[in-house]
Amino acid sequence: MEKYMIIDGERVGFTDEKNILAVIRKAGIILPTFCYYSDLSIYGACRMCVVEDKWGGIIASCSTPPKHGMEIRTNTPSLYYHRKRILELLLAAHCRDCTTCEKNGKCKLQELANRFQIPSVRFENTKPIKPIDTSSKAIVRNPNKCILCGDCVRVCSEIQHVGAIDFAHRGSDMEISTAFGRDIADTNCVNCGQCAAVCPTGAITIKNDTHDVWEAIHNPQKRVVVQIAPAVRVAIGEAYGYAPGENTIGKLVASLRMLGVDAIFDTSIGADLTIMEEAEELLDSLAEKDRKYPLFTSCCPGWIRFVETQYPHLLKYVSTSKSPMQMFGAVIKEYYRKMDRREGRETVSVAIMPCTAKKYEASREEFKRDGMPYIDYVLTSEEVITMLKEIGIRFDRLEPEAYDMPFSIYSGAGVIFGATGGVTEAAVRRVVADKSPKALKEIEFIGARGMEGVKTCEVSVGDRQVRIAVVSGLGNADRLLQKIESGEEHFDFVEVMACPGGCVAGAGQPFARSTEKRMRAEGLYKNDKALQIKRSEENPLVESLYQDLLKNREHELLHVDYCKK
Amino acid sequence: MEAKDQKVLDEILESHGYDQTAVIAIMQDIQKVYRYLPEEMLCYIAGKLHLSEAKVYGVATFYENFSLEPKGKYLIKICDGTACHVRKSSEILDEIRGQLGVTAEKPTTDDMMFTVETVSCLGACGLAPVCTVNDVVHPAMTPEKARDLILELKGEAKAGEEAADEN
Repeated sequence: MEKYMIIDGERVGFTDEKNILAVIRKAGIILPTFCYYSDLSIYGACRMCVVEDKWGGIIASCSTPPKHGMEIRTNTPSLYYHRKRILELLLAAHCRDCTTCEKNGKCKLQELANRFQIPSVRFENTKPIKPIDTSSKAIVRNPNKCILCGDCVRVCSEIQHVGAIDFAHRGSDMEISTAFGRDIADTNCVNCGQCAAVCPTGAITIKNDTHDVWEAIHNPQKRVVVQIAPAVRVAIGEAYGYAPGENTIGKLVASLRMLGVDAIFDTSIGADLTIMEEAEELLDSLAEKDRKYPLFTSCCPGWIRFVETQYPHLLKYVSTSKSPMQMFGAVIKEYYRKMDRREGRETVSVAIMPCTAKKYEASREEFKRDGMPYIDYVLTSEEVITMLKEIGIRFDRLEPEAYDMPFSIYSGAGVIFGATGGVTEAAVRRVVADKSPKALKEIEFIGARGMEGVKTCEVSVGDRQVRIAVVSGLGNADRLLQKIESGEEHFDFVEVMACPGGCVAGAGQPFARSTEKRMRAEGLYKNDKALQIKRSEENPLVESLYQDLLKNREHELLHVDYCKK
Repeated sequence: MEAKDQKVLDEILESHGYDQTAVIAIMQDIQKVYRYLPEEMLCYIAGKLHLSEAKVYGVATFYENFSLEPKGKYLIKICDGTACHVRKSSEILDEIRGQLGVTAEKPTTDDMMFTVETVSCLGACGLAPVCTVNDVVHPAMTPEKARDLILELKGEAKAGEEAADEN
């Protein structure tokens, strides 16, 4: 028998929906919510999703499981009254300077206030103004804009197992706080930015560096050199109506030129270099006898910070290869050094990333030479969209353009870095002996692809079977590390990306749910298919870099020692 | 944190079997020993219980009974429940605060001898207005009795200090 509920007098069937909110959505009614995310636990705080049962009781639909024959109404006088009052009270305790808010136009509170047409707020905001926490390189916390939905707390502890923030104090004094009210930069925050991605208001936003980049662009003394991460190309078009996964890199290059940057390159070249170095390390580690721990990847700065704060004893098992952004950053600065001296200019290296933690990575002491960072600024995809909008570039109407010379050749292996499992697949392409097209096709199916949080696969390298785990989401990584520590599991190679789904799902990207994330990953694999060069070692540019710029400086320019403090 | 403090914490944690769900009881035990919850100790138990420091801080700040600030040797609680309030407990509070030079924002004297707090109800309404000093009940208080009480406690504190000096 098919189970059904009666929603506003209509029968609506349901199967395994966890709550009546999902059943109501199936019926074509999108109830307002602030605190509901299907990936997180149910909190039931905002009460916007209330519905009325047949006895007139008011219940939160997000935290009520459906029952066969249950009758509810979503549109009654008392629900109308309740939702409006809740919104009015939320607005009463909220900063209402929408026009100057970072979240203007993307704020859920603003959207619902608009949807519910709140004409005025009768109550005065009596809350004292709290200081804004700008200590982090990645995020800005403005407690005055917080509506206490708890989304950030739950994503930080449930999905990421970090727990840098939580509810503190009680009643009207309640706030989201770090431990002991410390600055967020002084906590175990990994800068993944997932809190900012789920925050419905401007209470947690991504640090905006566009102003500094504009200054550099407007200064003729500065040579602005941009690198674009793989994951950006399959998401940035979403702001202009392109489907998630559609590769709009040509249009992005064209718009960046209009913006006034001097040279545009692809971080995938950095990824190719990373694979060259990391694959070497992998082969070395495989030769070690009785090695308990795998070689962990090092591309993700959120993951690096997670190991530093929660598993410091495992830091020595993390690859010493720099992230693609940093490898390429070093190459760029070295390449332009002489030219700068000759022309009396200064190269400003800007990285366009899907990621907020890259902002933090760029500021790390390890990635500076004589006090000067290899990467001067990191812009997220969202920040680039803002900059393009600022000068009114019609992204969708531009003809695609190509990258600049000399760093314009990259492999498909570098491009797939942006999806969870991409680093693994690229490394496997490098280390397996059989380089035939058939073998390449086989690698597609080892089990590294897909959006699952934990994937395991085995490949044979030489005469041994190599066990690999691919993890995305730090909570998944934490669980896997516990199994490795207890000896329950053994792996030779473990790829970790902090954001669930990998870089395509980074917090710097336009907001995405699981479908969009999957489509973006598929877009990268499609891009890989269309490229002639499939393996990092086949990239002629990589070869020439090793012969020339990197010669005898591989260690200095391509490796990093996080253990050295 | 000193080794002896760590030993105290380990014993408390041990007695609760390092159980996350006993975090409130563990904090109560710590506060019993130190009269407040020092930051470093909360961080220590967070690590041992595999809870985030932010979570432990959240629990500690949720309950009025937990204090993150060190308290004086004499903890004076003045009841401001309904019965005490109508019998003018606020005058007693003003008198005691005035005598000790403390306020609601700064409840502890600089010499760490006295802390003055209000409580919502001590459950001794028949004796209103009531205050307690380190859990000893002083019934039917008046501003005069409060002044005498403070003088007496100050004398006691001084005698205690001198005795300590002699040893």
